[in-house]
This record gives sequence, C-alpha cells and structure tokens, in this order.
Amino acid sequence: MKKYIFKRVVIAVITVLVILLILYLMLDLMPGSPFNDEKMTAEQQAALYAKYGLNDPFPVRYLRYVRDMLKGDFGISYAIQKNCPISTMLKARVPISLRIGLQAAVFGTFVGLILGIVAAIKRNSPWDTVATTISVLGVSLPSFVFALLLSYLFSYKLKVFPLLYSSKEAFKSTILPTISLSMFTIASIARYSRSELIEVLNSEYILLADSKGITRTRLICTHAVHNALIGVITVLAPLVVNLMTGSLVVEKAFSIPGIGSLYIKAIQMNDYNVTLSISFLYSVLFIFTMLLVDILYGIIDPRIRLAKEG
Amino acid sequence: MDETFNPAASAPDDFRPATGDHREEEQKAFVNQSYWHDVFHRFCANKGAVIGLIFIVLILLFAIFGPMLSHYSYRTVDPLSTNLKPRIPGLEKLGIFSGYNDSVSTAYHYFGTDNLGRDLFTRVAQGTRVSFEIAGLAVLCDVLLGVVYGLVSGYFGGKVDMVMQRITEVLNSIPTMIVVTLLLLIIKPGMGSIIIAMMLTGWINMSRIVRAQVLKVKEQEFVLAANTIGDTNRNIIFKEILPNAMGQIIVTFMFSIPNAIFMEAFLAFIGLGIPAPMASLGSLINDGYKSAMIYPHMILSPVIILALLMLSFNLFADGLRDAIDPQMKQI
Repeated sequence: MKKYIFKRVVIAVITVLVILLILYLMLDLMPGSPFNDEKMTAEQQAALYAKYGLNDPFPVRYLRYVRDMLKGDFGISYAIQKNCPISTMLKARVPISLRIGLQAAVFGTFVGLILGIVAAIKRNSPWDTVATTISVLGVSLPSFVFALLLSYLFSYKLKVFPLLYSSKEAFKSTILPTISLSMFTIASIARYSRSELIEVLNSEYILLADSKGITRTRLICTHAVHNALIGVITVLAPLVVNLMTGSLVVEKAFSIPGIGSLYIKAIQMNDYNVTLSISFLYSVLFIFTMLLVDILYGIIDPRIRLAKEG
Repeated sequence: MDETFNPAASAPDDFRPATGDHREEEQKAFVNQSYWHDVFHRFCANKGAVIGLIFIVLILLFAIFGPMLSHYSYRTVDPLSTNLKPRIPGLEKLGIFSGYNDSVSTAYHYFGTDNLGRDLFTRVAQGTRVSFEIAGLAVLCDVLLGVVYGLVSGYFGGKVDMVMQRITEVLNSIPTMIVVTLLLLIIKPGMGSIIIAMMLTGWINMSRIVRAQVLKVKEQEFVLAANTIGDTNRNIIFKEILPNAMGQIIVTFMFSIPNAIFMEAFLAFIGLGIPAPMASLGSLINDGYKSAMIYPHMILSPVIILALLMLSFNLFADGLRDAIDPQMKQI
C-alpha cells in the first residue's frame, strides 16, 4: 500500500513540475523584454536585469518560479486590473466558483445516484425509461444549452430567479447555475450506477443473501448499493474535469464573478499572467483530485492497487 | 438373437447412402455468418442506434448540400435585412415561420438572419460542415497516433511499455482544457491550430484502449503460433493483433467525434473559436448568445443542430458498442 501511494504521489509531483515548466517556458520564450521603455539606456536595462535575476541560468530561474508559484505569488495582472497582484484578484473569486462547483457536485451525485438506483431496481419500467432519457440528454447536451434554456424559462419568462448573478441574492442566483452545471454529473452518475448495480444484482452473492431470507430493502441498501458504489468512484475524475470546463461556460452565461469568467476575460484580453495562473490553479486542482481518487480506490478495492503496482 | 437385432429389417429407411443433400439442409439451419454480419444484425435491432445513424446522415447531407442549395453566401453582409426571423414558403401561411411581419424584406430566410444580415440557413450549414471537418480530422489524427502508440507500447512491453505508460500518465494528468487553451494562446485560433490543439491530448484515450486490447490478444494461441513459425513483428502486429482490436478502435472513434464537436463548441464559446467570417456550430452559438433573449431564433438553429448531433452520435456509438461486443462495458 505504501509503495502504491508513494508512486501516485511521485507521478503527481512530476506532473505539477511539468505543468510549471510549460507555463514558465511560455513566459520565458515570449518575444520582447519586460523593460521596454525607449528612454532606458543599455546600462539601466542591464542593471534591472541583474536586479530581478533575469541573467541567471535557466534552472535557477525556473526553480525560483516554481517556488513563487507554490507560495501563491502569481505575479501581477497586465491588462485586466493593471499592476494588481493576481492572488488578490483570485481571493475574492475562488469562494464563489468553489461554492457553485461543490453545490453542483453534491446535487449532481445525489440526484444521479437516486436516478441510477431506481432505474436499476425497477428495470424496464417507466422509471427506467425516464432515468435513461435524462442520462442520455445530460451527456449529449452541453451545459450552456441548459444554462440558456433555464435562464430563458425561469429568469426571462417566469422571472423566478435573477437573470444575472447578484451578490445580494447570492443563494438564489446560484440555483440555476448549479442545476445547469450538475446535469452532466447527474447523467453520468445515473448511467454508471445503473449498469453497475444491475451487474451486482445479478451476481451470486446477492442470490445467496436473498435465499437466506433477508428483506429486500436490506438486500439492496447494504449488499448491492454498497458494492456498486465502488465502481462509481472511477467516474469522479472525468466529472471534475467537466465541472471545471462547465464552470467556465456557466459562469460566463450567468455572469458570475468567479475564476471561470476571469479566465475567459484573461484569454480575450490577452492577459498572459492571469491566464497562466488560473491554468496552474485548475491543473493543481485536477491533479490533486486524481491523486485522491487513485488512493481512495486503492484503499477500497485492493485489486486495483495490485494491478497498478505490477 | 437374429430376430431381436436386425437393423436392416427393423428400420429399412433409417440408413440411406449419403447423397450430398444433407449439406444443403445443414447450411439452411446454420447460415454461415461472418462476425461483421452479426454486428450488423445486432446493430439494426437497436432502435435508438438506427435513429441516431439516420439523424447523423441527415445532418451530414445538410452540411454537404446546404450551402449549395441556398442562393445566399455565408459571408455576404446585407444591412437591409438584419435580425430577420425565420420565414419558410408554405409554412408561413399557417402562421408559423412567417418572418418579420412589417418587414421591408420579402426574401425567404429559412432560419432567419443574424445581426449583420447574413442568412442563417447557409451559415448553420457551413458551420456544421466546419464542425464536422474539425472533429473528423482531429479524431482521425488521434486514431493514427493512438493506435500506433498503443500497439507499440502493448506489444513490446517491458521497459518500452514502462516508459511510454509513465509519459501518458503524466500527460493525462494535465486537463485537456488547459493544454488546448495554452496552445491557442500561442498560435492564433484557426482550423489547423484547433485541430492540433485537440489532437495533443486526444490520442491518449485511444492509445490506452488499444494497449489494453493488445495485452489481451497477445497471450492467445494464434499469436504464439505466428511467433513460432517465425513471422516478423510487423506481420504479427498488423495481421494478427490489429484486426482483433478493430472493434474497440471503431467504437472509441465514434465516441470521440461528439467529444471533439463539443470541445470545438466549448472553445468557440470561451472566445477561442474559428475567426469570423467563417462559422462553426460553436461560433454561431456564441454569436447568438449575445442576443439570445431578444432574438432567440439566432441561437436556436445551431443549438438544435448541435444537440441533435451530439445525441445521435451518442446513441449511435452506444448501439455500435453493444453490437460489436455485447460483453463490453462502458469505456
């Protein structure tokens, strides 16, 4: 087990370093110089280069960059809020994005599981059809389509929810974004837990438990669902990716002041530093989740651990 | 003794000389079906998948012939007919698709026009075509790269496999969205650059599936036999192993296409799409989004096409997966 965890952690650390290298190369290989004042003499420029350590060999500069990024010092913004430290810009925005992401994850998993379990137990009934239809639609339709549909119906026509995000009604304005963001989660969890549960229900130990005479509820709750859930953990990693990409789109659609909308703004305004910092943030979040899923899975299901150790 | 056992007397007609007729009867009972024939039958039994296929073909036809059928160009700006609602001959008499009532323009725009007066029917057809091209080319590159990588990694195994798998593990831990966005920051968005960006990470999934399949097939007897008679590696890989991985490759290919179309739409939505006046489904949706509340028709047509396309590709690929390998679980 220790060997397995160690290996996962090493791969995660290497990945973070690779990402930082890519980001750093993008900054370093950019044409031009940070000090492009025409009045500046060559000596002044050289002095500034020396002051900021830009003449150091590449590995030294790279390591310094890694240290700064890991400390959370992302540099300053060029275009969006000139000379404002990016960490300050992010501080206000991270909680909003995190909140919507978490709400969507919790809501999506919950609804998805219920749909999947109901569909598996009442197989080939109208419930199954409804659940399957929802899951096919959720996988097929991009989240901005849901965002548009929901905001057109509930905000524009029925005026139940605010059309755009307002900090005064913070919870009310996160409801529609949460739903549109969680559609994919609902769909894929429902789909996966349904097929997983059907397989478990057909297995021999369920037949044994049934023939021992335990109640149907207990059979499903403790024996079947428990085992089916293990498989569902594997879909967590793609879901995190989807929540990330989805958050960009949904935040833009509802103009939510989160990281996603800042990312889009930075891309469109060519604010290099902000784009790189948020890319870094997203990557770290993703790598951390993957690591967590891998370790969790290794603990729950030893077969996976053995397979990956080999 | 003779009376109790006399086969000739008890059943004179039971034993007849073979004439060759029985072969025909046997062939009627057990029709010699090839694997792909079976696949075709299983696929046709799946209603959802067939409907998906029909819709894909219809949308494909729309993308190919739509721009030719229309006498408008996808890029001609007409200041006199901006923001027009859809108007279709015949249907307008029924009160739907009747266009802008007090319009100065009497022209028929099946899907309406956008804020620059460009005909949306032509633009959507053109956009569908571009989306198809991007997705098709990107996925094709994925397949080539992924299949080769997976075959080499799986077949040679050992240290080669070790190194190749660590590389994909690291690459796979970087979110696709980040790779694509960063690349498009350096090289400006265009059809080529979007395809390259999507290709950069797209092949990994394919290579994993091919590798897993190779590992499974490699241990079987016919590969051992080919090895024993001294066949070359190249022959074993391409003649023995690859045909056995074909089903999986096709299924993965079909699942990748809607993903690529979706990725393109996503990129366009965050402002990294095909530059104007070219159109793709994503950029049309992005354009329509700006005025979706006032002129819903502008976003409706590309969204419907995109949704239909994604839906039918998913249904189709699902059906294909079940047909090719009924035992196979979700990839």
